[in-house]
Amino acid sequence: MFSSVYSENPLLAQFRRLEEELDEIFGGATPWTGGIRSLPPGTFPAINVGGTEDSVAVYLFAPGIDAKKLEISIQQNVLTVSGEREVPRDDAATYYRQERFGGEFRRVISLPDDVDPDKVEASYRDGIVQITVRRRESAKPRQIAIR
Amino acid sequence: MANATEVTTPAAAASDGKQSVMNAAPTTSIRPAVDIFETADGIILQADMPGVAKEGLNLRVDGPNLLVEGTIGIVPEQKMSALYADVRSTLYRRSFVLGNELEAGNIDADLKDGVLTVRIPKRPEHRPRRIEVRSS
Repeated sequence: MFSSVYSENPLLAQFRRLEEELDEIFGGATPWTGGIRSLPPGTFPAINVGGTEDSVAVYLFAPGIDAKKLEISIQQNVLTVSGEREVPRDDAATYYRQERFGGEFRRVISLPDDVDPDKVEASYRDGIVQITVRRRESAKPRQIAIR
Repeated sequence: MANATEVTTPAAAASDGKQSVMNAAPTTSIRPAVDIFETADGIILQADMPGVAKEGLNLRVDGPNLLVEGTIGIVPEQKMSALYADVRSTLYRRSFVLGNELEAGNIDADLKDGVLTVRIPKRPEHRPRRIEVRSS
């Protein structure tokens, strides 16, 4: 009836194995989840990356930061974002939960190869940093007219 | 659930085979990270809800439950497809059970840069009183 602290419920173990295998199949090959710079899930800030024909947009879910102190740099296609999030703690209070991230953070994201590091824009709204990088003109798909 | 911030509905996403950057599957929600602490006057709850503006916030007290809900209002371009997504829903949701000693009708909330701060005051009779020791 009592299973050891170290032995997992066999059903849960199976689920975990399945999850790992699915990660391997679907996530292992992308530069994001299996990339050498990828970070474990739950790392602050969370990131979404989207692309259109013209640009690549990076969304950093970084609530409550001072956007002016954010450092964003790009070298070729490697984007680096670093900053600090100050979460003031009330020493006189009794804490029940402290789940929110506080401290310094840094994320390095490799973007598709065709982005133009000279055309980057960044904005901050409602706790989301949006960084838009234009793709190079030559890399865009072109319509070839038949004469 | 028809939602203004949904970029593509799940059906539409399936039909063009592309996943949206802020994929809004109404059935899944994100559990926002919270800090909860108690002071002499009440309980303070802070929740990280990046992307939520005042219009997208839904804060509700239903009996003993406090529901915190918010929808991400930042909508990417229609034709944008996801290359990578840590955040796979546009809905934050988490609920808490309030105690009887709290004044649920007197809750104060504030939202700034995606951080929600909720102050729930204690009933006056539950605030700690310092007991003076008389010296005779």
